Amino acid sequence: MARIWKFGDSINTDDILPGKYAPFMVGEDKFHTYAFAHFRPEFAQGYKPGDVLVAGRNTGLGSSREYAPEALKRLGLRAIIAKSYARIFYRNLVNLGIMPFEAPEVVDALHDGDEVELEFERGVLRRGSETFRLTPPPGFLLEALKEGSILEYYRKYGRFPGEGRP
Amino acid sequence: MGLTLAEKILSQRAGREVRAGELVVVEVDQVMVVDSIAGSFFKRLEQLGAMPRYPEKVAIVIDHVAPAANVEVAKAQKEIREWGQRVGCRVFDVGRGICHQVLVEERLALPGGIVLGSDSHSTTYGGVACFGSGMGATDIALAAASGRTWLRVPESVKVTFRGRLNPAVSAKDAALEMVRVLTADGATYMSVEIHLEDGAESLTRSQRLTLANLSVEAGAKCGLVVPSGEILELYDVPGWLYPDPDAAYVREVEIDLSALTPRVSVPFYVDNVQTVDSVMGKKVDQVFVGTCTNGRLDDLHEVAEVLRGRRVAPGVRMLVIPASSQVLEEATADGTLLTILQAGATLGTPGCGPCMGRHQGVLAPGEVCVSTSNRNFKGRMGAADAEIYLASPRVAAASAVAGFITTPEALNAERPTPNA
Repeated sequence: MARIWKFGDSINTDDILPGKYAPFMVGEDKFHTYAFAHFRPEFAQGYKPGDVLVAGRNTGLGSSREYAPEALKRLGLRAIIAKSYARIFYRNLVNLGIMPFEAPEVVDALHDGDEVELEFERGVLRRGSETFRLTPPPGFLLEALKEGSILEYYRKYGRFPGEGRP
Repeated sequence: MGLTLAEKILSQRAGREVRAGELVVVEVDQVMVVDSIAGSFFKRLEQLGAMPRYPEKVAIVIDHVAPAANVEVAKAQKEIREWGQRVGCRVFDVGRGICHQVLVEERLALPGGIVLGSDSHSTTYGGVACFGSGMGATDIALAAASGRTWLRVPESVKVTFRGRLNPAVSAKDAALEMVRVLTADGATYMSVEIHLEDGAESLTRSQRLTLANLSVEAGAKCGLVVPSGEILELYDVPGWLYPDPDAAYVREVEIDLSALTPRVSVPFYVDNVQTVDSVMGKKVDQVFVGTCTNGRLDDLHEVAEVLRGRRVAPGVRMLVIPASSQVLEEATADGTLLTILQAGATLGTPGCGPCMGRHQGVLAPGEVCVSTSNRNFKGRMGAADAEIYLASPRVAAASAVAGFITTPEALNAERPTPNA
């Protein structure tokens, strides 16, 4: 079982990983331990791999710092369910192989601390007897996510998803 | 139906007509990497088993923590210099300035071009009608390795500024007003296409850069200012670089510059924009003038004009950090800097300064800072409960003198005249 960590609207990248805790500042080995250091100090300790992050509108606004979602990945995050995403953060999630589901009504139905099961490849979330359907990202992004991340996709095909045909 | 400016640039580059919503893969002119993500950038290239396809199209700028604040940073910056030398990429070292300002000064961001930066404020290049967009380390590494990137052609929001700014108002106020109207996610995934009309064409390159810079605070992919005025004097602007009159916009907004009053963005979101009047009198601990938003020569001129013959209030720290070595030189040569220093302000190395809370002016718990920067998120400049008020250089300077948030006009009104 996974736990839901629920956040509100406008969670920015300074909330997710404050600039002063960038790997560049504190080292590659420990930056992820500062995830949500200001905003929710118990998060990095309490988060267990596979737990699902749920958030509101404009999730991930602000800085382009990829190490913010990378800190979450380092803690074991594989999927986020949000009402909407900021642009750069959304690209960063896909690039890191974290599934960005967009599902406002599911976000409203979920609570912090809920125990759930998420089959993220199929976009199926279960809480007790309830089942929620999550729509995966558009086709070309899904192509990249299926290879693990856009890096692996590019390394394998030598092109971007949607660029010509193999 | 005609094409927007973003559609024009991406169509030109794709070699076919492309429309909002389409996916394109396009060649990029320049890939900009900042020091704070260079380590991730190198790691991604390694994972790809690739090196930059066109080393001359990759520039690394040491600006986010410059000079180095600790051993970790010093090691990272040493690696940048060695790597740049080995690979043949440009490295702009400590003191050259903030990435966006440097790319404009070096003419690496040009009208009609496409520049990707590993910094969200890469929208700044739109001030010279260059398609500038911020991306994370992976996208930036892929762009360096392939010379290309994928983009969804953005929809556009048209923002028309009309009239002239009155002397009490800065381009920063216009930019903050734009963010207030659009809201923090009002232009997500979109191009903010900025039209300057009925006198607004007179806005300088620096002022246009300020407008384009803040477009990302409305979520924009790029913020493109339609070329006119000074841009036509400074650049060879291609004839196709204009939106068609019948282009399609998802939203159109008009802002009357002549009716605008000074603005301030209050904690903890940039779109919390109010008139300065509403927070007038708020006690201030630190004032910071600088950043890619407002660290240019005209910004320092605004500051010097307010500070001339005055002193920074006791108990207030005023930090001034020019956006680049060129700005520093010019402000030194024309006496601006002397005026600022004589007022009791202090000077930092050209670069990002304390904007993201890493060095050179980090805030203590409970402190209040008036900053000319672009973000006031919780904890951005240091302690989680420190407060950042974003304002123009004029309002920042006046607040430094008063010790509380105010405008130069209010300061003048309170000052006894020689005959009084």
